[in-house]
Amino acid sequence: MARVLLFGRLADVAGWREREIDPLPDSLCGLRDLLGRDDPLLAEALAGRGVRAALDKALTAGEAPLAGVREVAFMPPMSGG
Amino acid sequence: MIRLTREPFDPGEALNAFCSQRAATGAVASFVGLARGTGASGPALELEAYPGFTDREIEGFVAKAIERFDLQDAGVVHRIGPIGAGEAIVLVMTAAPHRRAAFEACDYLMDYLKSRAPLWKREFGPDGGRWVEPTEGDLADLARWA
Repeated sequence: MARVLLFGRLADVAGWREREIDPLPDSLCGLRDLLGRDDPLLAEALAGRGVRAALDKALTAGEAPLAGVREVAFMPPMSGG
Repeated sequence: MIRLTREPFDPGEALNAFCSQRAATGAVASFVGLARGTGASGPALELEAYPGFTDREIEGFVAKAIERFDLQDAGVVHRIGPIGAGEAIVLVMTAAPHRRAAFEACDYLMDYLKSRAPLWKREFGPDGGRWVEPTEGDLADLARWA
């Protein structure tokens, strides 16, 4: 089981910010497919330019296996200051 | 020193504290970003953070700036949550023996915060909320340091 977090406009598109997923798919790609299966707008947003993922609070580049991961965050382009 | 705060903060007070006890420092540079109002009522903007991640990433940027510009110290105070027009959003402070490094490091840190800090900003105008993403200008600013 893992916690999936959405930030910024991704949470607005999905209508949720946090969800428990059990069982967690084997890969980020599989998780994106699962989350977007019933929500084509979220599927599109997750595939959008500049969307990053963090696994257990560590940024990941591209695809990654999810074995043992407890928390997955999807983050749209960042903007502070 | 990194501080993320939901409460309004006084940039002057934070800067005074940063400047104290610095016998070896010749230059402190600082930048204050303010929330621009749009005339709409309510907060001007809202910043969302990822607790436990955002603070650590910003700490990493600060450590990089300290190394790159050979600073004696650097600090960032960043608001999160709803922010009213005219309130301080961000304060960056850098301390160095001489002014050039302090100025440049302050500029560098702001460029990183604008496009790379894990914060998500929503601006509120007369037509409601709008998520802000880094502009071409922000990305060009960041590319200056590559």
